[in-house]
Amino acid sequence: MARIIVITSGKGGVGKTTTSAALAMGLAQRGHRTAVIDFDVGLRNLDLIMGCERRVVYDFVNVINGEASLNQALIRDKRCDSLYILPASQTRDKEALTKEGVGKVLEELSQGFDFIVCDSPAGIEHGATMAMYYADDAVVVTNPEVSSVRDSDRMLGILSSKSRRAETNAEPIREFLLLSRYDPARVANGEMLSVEDVQEILSLDLLGVIPESRAVLNASNAGVPVILDGESDAGKAYGDAVARYLGEQVPHRFLTVQKKGFFSRLFGG
Amino acid sequence: MAANPSTTADAPTGAFELKAAAFTLPVIRLLGVDMDAVAEQLGAKVEQAPDFFHNTPVVIDLSGLAAGTGDVEFPLLVGLLRGYGMIPVGVRGGTPAQQAAAEAMELAILGDAFVRRPRPGAPERAAPAPAQPAPKPEARPAAPTFTLVTKPVRSGQRVYAAGGDLSVVAPVSSGAELMADGNIHVYGPLRGRAIAGLKGNTEARIFCQDLQAELVSVAGHYRVSENIPEALKGAPVQIYLDHEVLRIEKF
Repeated sequence: MARIIVITSGKGGVGKTTTSAALAMGLAQRGHRTAVIDFDVGLRNLDLIMGCERRVVYDFVNVINGEASLNQALIRDKRCDSLYILPASQTRDKEALTKEGVGKVLEELSQGFDFIVCDSPAGIEHGATMAMYYADDAVVVTNPEVSSVRDSDRMLGILSSKSRRAETNAEPIREFLLLSRYDPARVANGEMLSVEDVQEILSLDLLGVIPESRAVLNASNAGVPVILDGESDAGKAYGDAVARYLGEQVPHRFLTVQKKGFFSRLFGG
Repeated sequence: MAANPSTTADAPTGAFELKAAAFTLPVIRLLGVDMDAVAEQLGAKVEQAPDFFHNTPVVIDLSGLAAGTGDVEFPLLVGLLRGYGMIPVGVRGGTPAQQAAAEAMELAILGDAFVRRPRPGAPERAAPAPAQPAPKPEARPAAPTFTLVTKPVRSGQRVYAAGGDLSVVAPVSSGAELMADGNIHVYGPLRGRAIAGLKGNTEARIFCQDLQAELVSVAGHYRVSENIPEALKGAPVQIYLDHEVLRIEKF
């Protein structure tokens, strides 16, 4: 049986899709058979971030409606054999996702995969609740600013009351905090909430802190999950987050301002 | 200061206001007049969920009785219901004779579709349970005297402790709402709203270890964050009513 992980946030633009792509790739690179599903029906993005937008034939909604089989719709990643992408439909809306349909697809995927990563749309409406309903684990992506923190908090409340695990009184969803776009310099100046501030408000296990990085936008534009950019701080931070998710003890990095040496200043490293 | 945050009942003129309100009440639909059988079935039902029936107003529905089934022994039935903690408030349907017998027991005669003559003393029913952070059955407002929440109360969640106290041993986020008919205790930062004495109990108090609340209220007397002195923020306090004035006192 696969473990179903939802990447969610409430607020938009905080890095859900970047995180979904990175975590899915990270898990797959470690040999776990992983599927990543785009739940953002109508605003399909995951295929771009994964760099498979030109190979999309069938999508998630086709599978739910029985117009295509799961094998027809799943796109195998060219860089990693253990990773498959199930793209969203761009021409439909979120109402095309039904609880039964989603449940059936996840059930079928569970037979052949170790992890299923669900990339949730923003908001707390139908699309987002469908993405999180069947989850076993939730990664709440939060930016260090008050509106994002409050929206994450709201989403955590929904996770604990409207998921299948909550409705069946099963063991609750495991919730993790992933702080993204973290800028230690701005935190030091008091312009941004610190890791401690966010953790105090959300009281969650910290899965990772992703520093604000130019590598993220570059990777998105190139259609390469940023975790594959092993040189970048964001790529390394996502690597650490995957390790922590799998139960390894890894110290947090990139929490303090990196002193730049003379040469790196000179060469813009 | 003396306004209720939800109703804004300021500038009182006269001793009372006359208002109409609709309540959802459990209905006991009699299918026979054998009070022994009723007693037996009722006992079994109450055993399943004793808290559910405690202090609950009920309506007796006579429309299920076949014509000519004989008299309903209202004194026996009312005694039975009261014995199980229920408060029989009225009857619905039935023959004029049955209704007269019910009226003799001070039961209201209720219309078929709506409450025509609500008894002034009939207690208000609890609002339907708001979203619970802990989806455990024991945390539901069916347990009327004490509610314990062990998980963080998140923004947008509401917890209502009907008929009693509410204790939270976790943080309460801003945008969350705690309500209790009795006291509220928060062992963690209180950043949301806390409304104690929801049904007007002026003796209710709010106790918290770390006051950062958006709003605190006791029996309709409230204060918003802006009106809470800086010196009290982040401090362990108790909040209570002292002659119609809401006091926030540091421990």
